Amino acid sequence: MRFAVAFVAACCAAGAASGGGANAQDSIPASLTGAKGDPARGRAIVTNRQLGLCLLCHSGPFPEERFQGNLAPDLAGAGKRWSEGQLRLRIVDSSRVNPATIMPSYHRTDGFTRVAPAWRGKPVLTADQIEDVVAFLTTLRD
Amino acid sequence: MVALAGASFAGEIPQAERRSGYELMSRETRAMQDDDTANPGMLAVLEGSALWARKTGAGGRACADCHGDARASMKGVAARYPAYDATLKRPVNLEQRINLCRTERQQSPALAYESRELLALTAYVARQARGVPIDIPVDARTQPFLDRGRAAFYRRQGQLNLACSQCHDDNWGRRLAGNTIPQAHPTGYPVYRLEWQSLGSLQRRLRNCLVGIRAEPYEYGAPEMVELELFLMWRARGMAIETPGVRP
Repeated sequence: MRFAVAFVAACCAAGAASGGGANAQDSIPASLTGAKGDPARGRAIVTNRQLGLCLLCHSGPFPEERFQGNLAPDLAGAGKRWSEGQLRLRIVDSSRVNPATIMPSYHRTDGFTRVAPAWRGKPVLTADQIEDVVAFLTTLRD
Repeated sequence: MVALAGASFAGEIPQAERRSGYELMSRETRAMQDDDTANPGMLAVLEGSALWARKTGAGGRACADCHGDARASMKGVAARYPAYDATLKRPVNLEQRINLCRTERQQSPALAYESRELLALTAYVARQARGVPIDIPVDARTQPFLDRGRAAFYRRQGQLNLACSQCHDDNWGRRLAGNTIPQAHPTGYPVYRLEWQSLGSLQRRLRNCLVGIRAEPYEYGAPEMVELELFLMWRARGMAIETPGVRP
């Protein structure tokens, strides 16, 4: 599978260079935007079924949300299980960790088949939105 | 990159473990399908029975003028569709067969996909196969179409990059948001879908899924659609037709 989000490669390389903790292949240590995301906006994206889509497959600590999916791990404790960089990679392109994953690649735009015209060439989430979601998920420590 | 191979595809559902979507529905929805006086699809079946007897087109002929009583002549037919058409040299689904009869025998314009009339006639014909096991004969003529349908089922598509199989083979029974994922056996089409509040064809349902994964849906009647239908019916071989089915 091709992987062509150039800055991801750059970030991974940077991670390796800095030797910063996690395996560079398993992490995107640096923010995609250079700025920190906003956890409150991130929570809104995660619970939005048209935007983040997360709750279609995942459940999580969202008592107000009915009908959460169970195709994927519960998001509770995600911020404890994964580092910020690991979370970022798993949202940007989970197929880097597991090519057979059912998790969509939220910030990849090529290597797809028959994408609907309205979505062609566009990522599921923008870099800003990814950072908001990462910022929120790191707060899920229980 | 090592741990992937094992966990990837659960593969085809063993025949003994296949379940109609009916079995995954609530008791209330099952009761609605089971009771002909409560099943909204039966209204279309009734309408279809009237259309069956109505003369149409330049030929001034009704379906019944050639085929007689559908309860006898159409018994079990829908369980064998899509079926290979020797003239067109490709499989046609039930809607296409009805329209071929209209345009060629009745000299009447083809009915539009998802039109009330086409759904009604299809439901009426398919109702005559209720309880009949699906039987899709595979031979040298149909094999390439079946293979293409199978390939489509296992092909990742759309912005969300999902294959049919990843939900309907690998994750059936789990919940996508509030909905239990079925195994995708097309046993009840045309179905009355509560989400639609109307009757709809298998192709309408397939298009819904394609839109859901943000893929470009195939046009109604497209060869790719019929190939996928053919594969799904073959995959459901031996399972009983339920038309008119009710689904959430």
